[in-house]
This record gives sequence, C-alpha cells and structure tokens, in this order.
Amino acid sequence: MQRDAHSALTVGLILGGALLMAVLDLGTAATSALHVPDFVVSLVGKYLCYAMLALAVDLVWGFAGILTLGHAAFFALGGYAMGMYLMREIGARGVYANPHLPDFMVFIGWKELPWYWFGSNHFWFAMILVVLVPGLLAFVFGFLAFRSRVTGVYLSIMTQALTYALMLAFFRNDMGFGGNNGMTDFKDILGFPVSARTTEVGLMLLSAAILAAQFLLARWLVRSRFGQVLVAVRDAESRTRFLGYRPESYKLFVFVLSAVMAGIGGALYVPQVGIINPSEFAPGNSIEAVIWVALGGRGTLSGAILGAVLVNFAKSWSTTAFPGLWLYALGGLFIAVTLFLPRGIVGSLAAGLSRLSQPSAAPLAVGARPEPACHAAPEPAP
Amino acid sequence: MTAGVAAAVSPPLLRLENVSVTFDGFRALNELSFSLNEGEMRAVIGPNGAGKTTMMDVITGKTRPDSGRALFGIETDLTSLDEAAIARLGIGRKFQKPTVFEFHTVWTNLLLALASDRRPRFSLFARQTPEERERIEVILATIRLGEQRRMPAGALSHGQKQWLEIGMLLAQDPRLLLVDEPAAGMTDAETRETAELLREINRVHSLVVVEHDMAFVRELGATVSVLHEGSLLAEGAIDEVSENPRVIEVYLGR
Amino acid sequence: MTEGNRGKGRRLGRLLLLCLGFALFRPAPAAAADPFAGLASPDFSRIEQAVEALAASGNPRAAALIDALAANRLYTWRWPRPDNGLFIKEPDGGFVAARTGEKIATPPFPVIRPVIVNDMVRSAIEAARGMLDLLSPALAVRGKAAEALFEAADPASLKLIDVALARERNPGVRRLLLEAQAAARLNSAATSIAERIAAVKVVAGRGDLPARALLASLGSAPSPVARAAAAAVHQIDRTLALWNVLETVYYGISLGSVLLLAAAGLAITFGVMGVINMAHGEIVMVGAYTTLVVQQVVAATFPAFSNESLILSIPAAFLVAGLLGIVIEQTLIRFLYGRPLETLLATWGLSLVLIQTVRSIFGPTNQDVSSPAWMSGAVHLGGLTLTLNRLWIIAFTIATLALLMAVLSHTRLGLSMRAVTQNRRMAAAMGIRTPLVDALTFGLGCGIAGIAGVALSQIDNVSPNLGQSYIIDSFLVVVFGGVGNLWGAVVAALILGIVNMVLEPIAGAVLGKIAVLVLLILFIQRRPRGLFPVRGRAVEA
Repeated sequence: MQRDAHSALTVGLILGGALLMAVLDLGTAATSALHVPDFVVSLVGKYLCYAMLALAVDLVWGFAGILTLGHAAFFALGGYAMGMYLMREIGARGVYANPHLPDFMVFIGWKELPWYWFGSNHFWFAMILVVLVPGLLAFVFGFLAFRSRVTGVYLSIMTQALTYALMLAFFRNDMGFGGNNGMTDFKDILGFPVSARTTEVGLMLLSAAILAAQFLLARWLVRSRFGQVLVAVRDAESRTRFLGYRPESYKLFVFVLSAVMAGIGGALYVPQVGIINPSEFAPGNSIEAVIWVALGGRGTLSGAILGAVLVNFAKSWSTTAFPGLWLYALGGLFIAVTLFLPRGIVGSLAAGLSRLSQPSAAPLAVGARPEPACHAAPEPAP
Repeated sequence: MTAGVAAAVSPPLLRLENVSVTFDGFRALNELSFSLNEGEMRAVIGPNGAGKTTMMDVITGKTRPDSGRALFGIETDLTSLDEAAIARLGIGRKFQKPTVFEFHTVWTNLLLALASDRRPRFSLFARQTPEERERIEVILATIRLGEQRRMPAGALSHGQKQWLEIGMLLAQDPRLLLVDEPAAGMTDAETRETAELLREINRVHSLVVVEHDMAFVRELGATVSVLHEGSLLAEGAIDEVSENPRVIEVYLGR
Repeated sequence: MTEGNRGKGRRLGRLLLLCLGFALFRPAPAAAADPFAGLASPDFSRIEQAVEALAASGNPRAAALIDALAANRLYTWRWPRPDNGLFIKEPDGGFVAARTGEKIATPPFPVIRPVIVNDMVRSAIEAARGMLDLLSPALAVRGKAAEALFEAADPASLKLIDVALARERNPGVRRLLLEAQAAARLNSAATSIAERIAAVKVVAGRGDLPARALLASLGSAPSPVARAAAAAVHQIDRTLALWNVLETVYYGISLGSVLLLAAAGLAITFGVMGVINMAHGEIVMVGAYTTLVVQQVVAATFPAFSNESLILSIPAAFLVAGLLGIVIEQTLIRFLYGRPLETLLATWGLSLVLIQTVRSIFGPTNQDVSSPAWMSGAVHLGGLTLTLNRLWIIAFTIATLALLMAVLSHTRLGLSMRAVTQNRRMAAAMGIRTPLVDALTFGLGCGIAGIAGVALSQIDNVSPNLGQSYIIDSFLVVVFGGVGNLWGAVVAALILGIVNMVLEPIAGAVLGKIAVLVLLILFIQRRPRGLFPVRGRAVEA
C-alpha cells in the first residue's frame, strides 16, 4: 500500500470526529459545557449519510464526467428499502394494531401485503434490497443510456426526469409505499428502540464507519488503472474508444457502484431521521447534492464529504436562525461556487499546496479547466 | 484504376467496396472504393468536403455507411463493429485536433494506450509490469517526450500533443494507422520531423495519412489517392497525380 | 351537475302533465273570451281550466301570471266583481295589474285575497309552464323544452309537439321538435312501420348519446324497425368514436401548445445558444406575476379596461422577462459559455433566488389572476366542446411561434443570431458584435418565456412554484424534438401532448405522466439527438 496522507487525514477526521461526538454525548453530564445534546448526534448522523450521497455523486461526476441530477433517487430507494423493514418491525404496535400490515395499508383498505413486501420483515433481506434496488435501477438506466451514448447535459436531463418520475410514482397511494406521507413512526431496529440515545449514537458511529469505508473504496478505485481509464473517458471519451476501450462498461460499473453507495447512505439515513417520504425524490434534492460536491471540490472525494457536511450544517443553522434566507443562501452558493470557486475548497487547497511544493504537478481537481464541451454548446472564441 | 495498386499476392489489408454515406441529403461518400496493402503508406488528399474524414469515420466505426463494405484483412467487415472492437482489431486513429488525456501525465497517456486487456474487471486490478515500463520508455524516446513524462498532457505544446498522440497510436501497436492532418498547425521544422517519424513508423505499420500540405505529402513519398465529392478521382505517385488534369481542375488548380 | 339534472326532470314532469292536460282538454266557453277570468273564480276546476287556456293562448303576460300564481303572489277581489280583477304582488310589496303589468299606486287593501291553489291546480301550473316554455319567445328556452321532450320520447306528447311545430319558425328548434316527434313516434304503437323506420333515420341523424340510448332500447320493436335501429346504433357508435378521437386530439393539441409555449423560449436559449437555463421556468413564473401586477394596476387606475389588461400584459411580460434575461446573461451566463454543466448549476441557484424573491414579495400562496370575459365560455363544433381559453392559448401559441420564426428568419437580429451560432469566429470577423448578439438572443428567449407566463396564468395557479412544474417538461420537449430545431420542438410538444392525453384515460393522470417520462427516456436512448437531429460533421465534436 502506498503512502496516502490524504486518505489517512480524511478517514481520521471522519472517525475521530464521530468518536468525539459519541464520547461528548454519552460520557459527559447534561450540564457540562462540553456536552453534546442528543439531537446534535442524530444531526451529525444525518450529515454523514448525506456525505455518502455526495461521495457517490463525486465518483460519477468528478471522475466519469456524468453529471447526475437524479442521484437522490438511489438514496431514497435505499431509504425506502430500509423503511420497509422498519415498518414491519412495528408489528402490532401501530395505530391499527394490525400485526401483518403497516398502518398506511390498513388505512387504504388493503387486506394483505403486496408481493414486493415479501421478506421485508427480515433485516438481512432488507439489506439485500438496499443494495439491489438502487443497483438494479442504475444498471438498467445506465445500460440503456451509456450504450446509446447519451452524454453531457442530455444525460443530466434524463436523470432528472428519472427521479421526477419516481417521485410521482411514490406519491401514489396504490404503489404500496405509504403515498404522500411515506413511512414513519418507526419503533425499533434489530430490537433496539430507534429513538434511544444509545441507538442514535450507535447509528451515527456506524454511519461514520461506513462512510470511511466507502471513501477508502472510492479512493482505491480512482487510483487504480480503472480510475485512470475513467478520467480518460471523462476528458476524451472518443479517444478511449479509438484506443479500444468501451467507455460504456466503465461508466456503467462506476454508475452502479455509486448508486449502491448512495442507497446505503439512504438506508442509514432513514432510522436516524425517522421518516422517508416521496419528497426525497424531488429533483431539487439531487441538484443540491451536486452543489455539495462542487463546493467541496469536484473530483477530490474528500471535498464531497466536506461540502455535504458544510452545506447541511449551514442549512440546519440558518433555517432556525434566519428562516426565509436559506434559499437565497443556497442559490447564491450555487452561483458563487461556479463563478468564483470552480475547483471547490479542497481542489483549491490542493492546487495551492502543490504549487508551493512542485510548480508543474498535475492539479488534483478538475474544475480548473472547462468541461469537454457538450456538442450543444457553442465553442466560445478563444 | 491506375498504377500504384500492386498486383499483390496476399489480399489487401484494407478494402472499401462501394461505400456510400449520406448526411441529410448530402452525399459525403459516393460509391467509394479504396484498397491498401499490408505495409503500405498511403496519402489521401482532396478538397474540403471530399469525404476524407468521413472515410476515416467509416473505417474506424464512427459512422455506419448506408451501403457498401469495409473489409479489414481477410473478410472482417468493419461496418458491423463498433469503435472499440475495431481498435482492438488493430486499427489506430489520430484525430485532426490532437486528442490526448489532458489531466493525465504523458506517461499515463501512453500506459493507457498500451495494448492489453481493456475490460474494467482487468483494469481494476492491473499493475504496471516491467515490460510495460520498457515499452513506454522506447516510445518516449521515439516521440522525443522523455523529459516531459511527468507533465500533464494538457501542459504540452500543440506539436508535442500531436506527437504524444502518435506515440499513443504506437503504444497501441496497430496493424493499420489512420492519421488525420498530422502536420496541421506545425512549424516547418516540426513538419519535417513528423514526416520522418511517419516514415519510421511505416517500417513496421501500414499507414493512411490524410493531408492538405502538398510539400508534406511529397516528403512522405507515399502513393497518393485523390478524393473528390466522395469518390476516388485519381491514384498514383505524387508527380503522376499532380499532372492529372482532373486533379488540377478540382484541387490543385487555384 | 345534479342541479341541472333536477331542473331537467322538473321540466319533463311539467311537459308530461301538459300532455295529460291536452288529452283531457275540455272547451271552456267562458274562458275563451277572457283567458284570465277563470283565475278569479273560487272554483278550483275553473282555475285549472283557466291556467291551461292561458298557457295555450300565447298571451305575453301568461308566464308572469302563472309564476305569480305558483308563488302565491296572485291576488283577486275578496268578493267576486264583474271585472274579475287580478293583481300581482311584487317582491318589493307593491302591486301591479296582472293583465297589463301596470303599477297600481294605491294597493286595493283590504278587499283582495290571494288566489289559492290545490294539488290539481298545481299540476296544471306545472304543465302550463312546460307549454309556456315551448311557446316562449326565448329561443334557448324553447330549445331546452324540445330537447326534454326528445329525451322523454313519450307518445303522449305527440299532440303537444304538433301544436308547437305549427307555431315554430326557428329552424334549429324545428329540427329539435321534429326529432322529439320522431322519438315519440318510435315508442308509439299507433305509428306505422314505415313511419317508424323514417323516425329511426331522423333520430339517428342526431348522432349523439341520447339518440343512441333511445335507438338501443328498440330491441323489442318489430324486426324491420329493430334492424334499422341496430344499424343506426352501429353508425352512431362509429361517429361517436370519431368525435372521441377528435376530442382527445384537441386536448392533446391544447396541452401540447402549453408545453410548446413553455418550451419555445428554451428552444432559443438551449436549442440555439446551448445555454442550459434551469431558471427558465422561473422566468415563465416572472411573466405570470407580471400579468398579475398589470392586472392589479389596470384595475386600480382604469377599471373600465380591466377586461383588456391581459393584452397589455403581453408586451409587459415580454419586456420584464427579456430585460431580466439580459441582466442574467450579462452578470452570470456570460462567464460560463462553453461550460454547460456549470451553467446548469449556476442557473439552478438563480432559480432558487428568483423563487424566494417572488415568495417574499407576493407571498407563497396562489395568486388570483382573473380571466377576461372574452376568454371564458365554450364553442360547440359538432360533437366537440372547445373551451375558449384553451382555444385562445392555441391561437396565442401559433401567433407567438410565427412571430418568433419571423424574427429568426427575417430580422437583422435573427440573421446575426444564426451567424453566431453557426460560426462564432467568422461572425465576429465579419463585424457582428457577438457579445451583444448573445445578450439579445438570451433576452429574446427569456422574453418568449415571459409571454408563456401570461398564457399560463390563465390556466394554471400563479404561485412561486409555477416554473418548477414546467422546467423538466420544457427540456424534454426541446431534447425530444432535437436541439437547435424549432420545428422539432413543435412536433415534439404536440406528440407529447397527444400521447399524454391518450394515456391519461387508460392509466390515470399520474401514471400517464410517468409512462410519458419513461417512454421519453427510452426514446432518447434510441435517438440521443431527438426526432430531428442536426446531422453532419459540424455536430460531431
């Protein structure tokens, strides 16, 4: 294994920060100045899940050049798979006290579970769904899209249409996923009550560990020859074709992997926030995830995590401190980052550092240079 | 049609048979037939819109012809294959505008071009082998970019990028090389060196060179095929062709 | 709906009673001289006869009198007098003379009493009202009455229809009456087979659902009639199916024109310039809010012209949205040319800012933009009902598009625009100020979006979220049609609209929409460059 200070630092920060949070919550008295309240722990857990989504977006956007505007769909699908298990865990403790059916199904007058809920009462089965459902959707969508060489903005618009269609579908009551209200009122997960303090801390720590693992996997991937081909595809797709590579296979692999990563993030997200509903599919969510990556630094992986945590922290803070201003701030962030910080935070830092040490080294981030222009765009006069 | 097509004992390496391509009513290629022998270097010239680039597109699988066949070696029909499959058969292509991986170093550019398994499941676990290192060193020497091996390709000059791209084609080790306007935008010295490089490459590889610059074509010393309005107008040695009245009329005249 | 049906039922009841009345018609010599006289009688049967006579008399005061009687507002002398005086108490408490309608200055209290009615008289009143309807001077009332008779298809009404036919001059109502007569004959055992077959033809001529229902009920009729009826039902089914298809197509075109209007501006900014403007929907929204503001300003300053404020909104929305577009281009887009993905993100951010701004100024709720009178109502065309506002929007879309195409192909700006798109450097070298052309082109696209907002304000809720519901659809229209191709967008919008409308009854609105999205995704996989791709070497980058 090569020395990799970047990875060590990132993983150290994730795990160290999470452990510190856990200790400050469980290990200090509620009156102590150092005490971290429970709600902060679950908030941090939520940020970590968003960071998984951001990591997934960075993997496909930063390294394969696929600007996905529908990745929150995979996140939400993973969340729904987990939600199905959590609903079944409620058992007879629901409002209607029906031991077999979730409340919302009783409410719309269903008599038995639909076939696709089969097995969702087993945790292991739900975990297979968490991986399989986003992965399968990404595979089918990616297979069709990449094979017919849909690229650039076209692909972006199609991913957005995909998540939009899913949102409309999940809003329907007869989809069997709770319609408008989604799934909520969870009681416990693997026997641990979801709202217990220790469960919350445990889930947060688990999220941190899985995020770190996902980061290491992604980091290993982009530094392999596979990753080099991926970047080559991003920068000059037709050249890779004429060299004998099939870009579609590379894109498909990374797209499916990324969808699964996002799905796992969604699955961890649901027990920590206690609800999953169709608004998670809203096109705006996916685009927001892209700006986390852009802010942190596209193509840096660690930047994606940083961006997700920063933006979501700012969102939690400003929606309570200055409600009504958040959309201005978010909108302004989109504009400011694209105009003034094209490499993102980590990208700019890395570029600055490498300029200090060796002037001619390759920049780490990709934002510095224009995209390979999509054919719809006019070439600006140089 | 004329001389230059030697009565070869072995079948030609590349044979286009009555290939036609239409874009929105515009006939880019019109019943074009073309043949190239193993080990041969051929220069293709013609005015703008004569179909030179479209011909390359058909051979490399970028464009599917409306009719006709493109045969490579013994009866491999290129028109049913995609770019990657054609590249794996041993046909390399250099674009008019130099296309290299700007964020990768010169070294990585060549590494990615080296002939090896191109599938994702291989590349995930691929390690650089000593033979690969050795071959890259050889190519770096050939294209005179040994000094720049650690530089990102995006930082190279225009001429250097052209050479890197040619180096990548060499790394691919193809049987046939298609080179589109290699001398475009080069200085006179670079042009001469490029011609020399191509002649050197021709010792091992077959070549089709599309070019506008007649001096460069002369320097290559290759057989010349003249395209006009999507079909073959004339073929032969450069002096022969440049005296052909039809060629003078449509191309050299002005 | 139920309200209307109940009204219809009541009318029908009256007519049937009226028929009954005719069957029992007895001459009343006393009433013949003065049809009003009987009403002053204390004898219920004389009142009843008087009501019947009055209805048949065609007297212009008959309706007012019978209405007053029904409402217990008809008065007469407490003790009979020879003039048989009759008075109507007006809602305001004053009295008028029943026969002339003249006002009576000093009410003749206390020597008058209300005319009392019993059930028998009430029935007569109902019947008389039906007759009055058929003889009413108002065309629409007569039409409705005849239609009700058709639907009743009661042989007992034949006589009444004859009376009405003899008086009727209006060809439309005459036709309705003839149809009612045919319908009644079909159910009458006294009519000959030949006459009934002729009646089948008349009824079948209507070609609508009531006619079909009537004909379909003739299964037990004598076989030649039943055969003719069955054939006619089949024919009507085919006609109805055709109208159904036409109606679906019309709704499809209507939806398509809305989509097209929303996408037309995008076809310029995205299709021609290649700028991914995710704030396009919000520009449309700004256009809709401009309509709202113009409407409020006009209502406050020139209330007389509030019906015409919509016309003023069109240039206003174009200017506001166009200027906004130029500002956006100058401050944002300009720096991002050639970087489509960054443009996408920045303009998305801009859309958030615009939404929040509008929300802070106008509030988050739906705003009420009223439709002018000339846009409400509907036109009937054969079996089609075309609502006027939809028709106006289709016409408006055509006009906007025609104007846009004219600008593109016949003005200096259009020429420069096309030159810059095709070869920016060459255009610049020829002295075209490309930055200016960029700004104006973007402004034009946004201005068109603003105009779309005016139209959408007439059919959709005007809220800060208006734009978001159109942005994905708009992009799909442009991509589906083929980028850079205005005609492609037209065809794409129409196809999308019609497919949506065809799928909707089969799959339901939401599933239909999902199906359209999935179909589009699959289509773009097959033809990544849309329906009408711009082909050739120029686009092969």
